[in-house]
Amino acid sequence: MNALELKGISKSFGRNQVLFGVDFALRPGEIHAIMGENGAGKSTLMNIVYGNLKPDGGEIYINGQKTAINHVLDAQNLGICFVHQEIALCQDATVAENIFMSQIGRGGKYNLKTLAAKAKEILDPLSSKPIDPYEIVERLPISSQQVVEIAKAISNNCRILILDEPTSSLSGAEAEALHQMIHRLRENGIGIIYISHRMSDIFEQCDRVSVLRDGHMVATYNVSEVSVQQLVNDMAGREVDMLYPEKAADLHREESNVVLDVRGLEDAAGKFHEINFRLYQGEVLGFAGLLGAGRSEIMKGIVGLRKLKGGEVLFQGKNIVGMRTKDIFDSGLVMLPEDRKKQGLFLDMNIRQNTVATYLSEITKNGIIDRKKERELTQSRIERMNIRCVGSDQIVRSLSGGNQQKVLVAKTLAKKPEIVIMDEPTRGVDVGAKAEIHRLLRDLTHEGVSVILVSSELNEVIGMCDRVELIDGSGTIVKEVLGDEINSDTIMYYISDAYRYEQSNREVSINE
Amino acid sequence: MNEIAPKPGIKGIVKKLSDVRETSLLMIIILCAVILTFTNEFFFTTANLQTVLGSISINGILTIGMIVVMITGGLDLSVGSVMCMSMAFAAQAILSGVPPLLACLIGIAASALSGLLIGLVVTKLKLSHFIVTLCFMGIYRGVVYVMTAGKSISLVSTLKDMPKLAFLGSGYIGSYIPFTFVIFALLAVAADLYARRSTRMRKLYYTGSNELAAGHSGINTDRVKIGACVACSTLAGVAGIIYMSKYSGVSTSAGTGLEMTALSAAVIGGVSMNGGKGTVAGGLLGLLFIVLIQDAMNLFSVQAFWQDLIRYVIVLLAVILDVVQETARKKKNS
Repeated sequence: MNALELKGISKSFGRNQVLFGVDFALRPGEIHAIMGENGAGKSTLMNIVYGNLKPDGGEIYINGQKTAINHVLDAQNLGICFVHQEIALCQDATVAENIFMSQIGRGGKYNLKTLAAKAKEILDPLSSKPIDPYEIVERLPISSQQVVEIAKAISNNCRILILDEPTSSLSGAEAEALHQMIHRLRENGIGIIYISHRMSDIFEQCDRVSVLRDGHMVATYNVSEVSVQQLVNDMAGREVDMLYPEKAADLHREESNVVLDVRGLEDAAGKFHEINFRLYQGEVLGFAGLLGAGRSEIMKGIVGLRKLKGGEVLFQGKNIVGMRTKDIFDSGLVMLPEDRKKQGLFLDMNIRQNTVATYLSEITKNGIIDRKKERELTQSRIERMNIRCVGSDQIVRSLSGGNQQKVLVAKTLAKKPEIVIMDEPTRGVDVGAKAEIHRLLRDLTHEGVSVILVSSELNEVIGMCDRVELIDGSGTIVKEVLGDEINSDTIMYYISDAYRYEQSNREVSINE
Repeated sequence: MNEIAPKPGIKGIVKKLSDVRETSLLMIIILCAVILTFTNEFFFTTANLQTVLGSISINGILTIGMIVVMITGGLDLSVGSVMCMSMAFAAQAILSGVPPLLACLIGIAASALSGLLIGLVVTKLKLSHFIVTLCFMGIYRGVVYVMTAGKSISLVSTLKDMPKLAFLGSGYIGSYIPFTFVIFALLAVAADLYARRSTRMRKLYYTGSNELAAGHSGINTDRVKIGACVACSTLAGVAGIIYMSKYSGVSTSAGTGLEMTALSAAVIGGVSMNGGKGTVAGGLLGLLFIVLIQDAMNLFSVQAFWQDLIRYVIVLLAVILDVVQETARKKKNS
C-alpha cells in the first residue's frame, strides 16, 4: 500500500494553471525524488500535500484511504512533515524548545528538562554527532540546524517527510551526514519525498524519481533503470511556445566590439568562482542556471552590490571593481533589480515620480524640477513601454504586475545606458507585457545597447539570447553556447549538474 | 503628492480635490470655525484670533521640521529640547554682550549642529529615529539645565534696549497680525512649494517611500536623511529664537511636549509615519485643527485634565482612519 497517493491533482492561480492532473505515489520506506525546472510546479504540489494550498481537482489517498487535507494541521495529524529549503528556527531559543515549539504554546508552562530529554531521544538516532538540546540554535552550524529542523518536523509522529532542496546550503561532509540520517529514517518505514536539482543526490540517495514539467507529471522511474540523459530530456523537452523578436543577424564578436570584459571574478562568500566572459556591443547575452546557482550574485558582484574576493571588470577601458554602485550606474552600466517591489519601485508614488527617479539631475534647473520636462519624459516612456494607465499621475501600486514591471524598466532606462543587466525582467508578468518587454530589449540592441539577461525561464533564454553562459550548481560557467546550440536539451544538460555528474563518473571509471 | 489621475474638466478637478486629505481637513476646519463663531461670542474676537495665530506660529515652525523628517520615514522627538537649547545659547550670548543678531545665529547654529549629530547617529549606526531622538530629547534638555544651572534666564530688561529683537516675538503688522505669524506664514508657503517642486525634497520622498529602491536609483539616502534631520533641528532653533523674544527669556522647561503636538499635527494632516507621503500644507492644517480644538476647549472652559485626553483620542482616530483607508486601497488594487 502506498503511504501517499495523488490522483489527478490540478491547480490554477487565477487564469494561470500550474498543475494538470498530476498523479504521484510514495511508498513507505522509500526515498522518492521529484525533479523539474524552476516553475515546473514542484512546490505547488508539495504545498497541496502539506495543506498550504487547496487543489482545484483530484484526490489524495493516505495509506489507501481517501483524505481531504484542508489545513496544515490536518497534514500534521496525518503524519506529513515538511522541511523547507530555508531554515526557519527561532535563533534565540534552545534546540529543545524549537523542536517542541508547537506543543509549548498550550498551557503556557513547560519544563525544559523533560523537553530536553524528549528532544535527545529524537536527535540521537538522527545524527552521529550528538546535538545538545540545551544549546541555543544560533550557536549551531547550519548542518546541525538542519538536523534540528528535521527533528522538529518528525517529532510529531512522522510518516511522510518532504525535503525541499535539503542540501542546497550544505557542504559536502554536511550533506553526507544528512543523507545518512535520511537513510535511517527510511529504515523506520518513513516515506521521503526529496526535491532536488542535484543529479548526484538523485542517483546516489534515491530509490525512485519523478519528473514534473510545466505542471505535468512526465514520468516516474526506478533510479537504477534510468540514465542522466533521459532525466534531462524529460525535464527540458518542449517546444518554444511563444513568439520572440528576431535575433541579431550580424554580430561582430571582435576585440574592438567588447563593451564589458569580466575576468576571474571570485565571490567573497563563495557563491561563484572564476567567472570569465565578454559582452559584445548590441548582443543579448544570457545567463542560465538553476535556482541558487549564483546568477544574480554574479550580476550584483559586477555592479558593486556584492563583496568580491578577486577578479576584474573592464568597462570603458577601466576596472570598475571597487567603484560605488551609483558611479557605475552613472557611467552607463545599469541593472534592473530582481525584486521590483523591494529594490525597484516606489509603490506609493505615481508613475511620473517613479520614472524620473534616476533622471532627476537632467530635469532640474536651479534645484527646482522642471514639471514640463518631467511630464514629457514620462509621457514618452509610457508610450514607448505601452504602460496601461489612466495617466502619469496614477499610483504605481494600483497598476498590474506587468505594468509595474514596465514602469521599473522605464525607470532603469530613463538615462540611456550603454549596458543593461536585467535580472528576471519578466518574472510574475502576464504574457502580453512579457512580449512587450522582450520587444523593447531587442529594440535596445538595435540602438547599440548591450544586454545581459538573467532568467530562470528556459524558454526566455532560448528565445531571446544571442549567446548564453551556462552556470552549474557550483557557481561556475561550465559552457558557453551560441546559435543552434541554444536549445533546451543542451542547456538543461549543463546546468542540472548532469554534465558534472557524468564527468566525475568518467573519472572514477578511468581511475579504476 | 497628488494621489489620483487627473480627469479633464471641472468635474475632474473637483474629484481630484475631494480625494486629497487637505481638502477634507480644510472643510472640517471651516465647519468648526463657523460653529464656534455662532456658539461662542468670544471666538470671533480680535483677541482670540490673535491668540490662535500666535500659538500656531511657533508650533507651526516646529511642525514643518517634523514633517520634513517624517517624509524620509523618520521622526524627531527632540524638537522641543532643541528649541529650548537654541534659546539658551542665544540668551547666554546676549547676556555676555554678543550683538543680538549674532547671538541668534549662534543659537540657530547650535540647533543645526545638534540635528547633524542626530542624523549621523541615525544613519551611520543604523539606529531608529525613535530611540535616537528620544535619547537626544533628554540629552539636549540636560545641556540646557547644565548651561543655566536649572534657573530661568530673564531678558525682560535687556530686550528693552533691543527693539528689533523684541519686535520679532511681540510685534504686530498693521497692529492686528502678529509678526511671528507673518514669519511662520512665509516659511510655510516656501516650505510647501519647495516640497512640491524641488529636487532635494523629491529625494526625501523617494527615500521615505522605499529606501532600498532610492539607493538603487543612485540617491545617497544617508545624506538625504541627515539633511532632513539638520533641517528639522534648524527650524526648531528658529522657533526657539522667536519663543525667546516673545516670552522675553528662557524657562528651562520651554518646549516640553511640543514634539507631540508637532507629531500629532503631521499625522492628522496625512503625513505617513512610514514615510514617503504627506505635504507641508496637510501637516499644518492638522496643526490648525489641533489649535482650534484646543481653543474651543478653552472657550467652553473644558477642564484642563480633559484636554490632553481629547486631543490624543483625535490623533488616534486620525491614525485609525489612515490605516483603514490604506487597507481599503490595497485591497482594491490587489
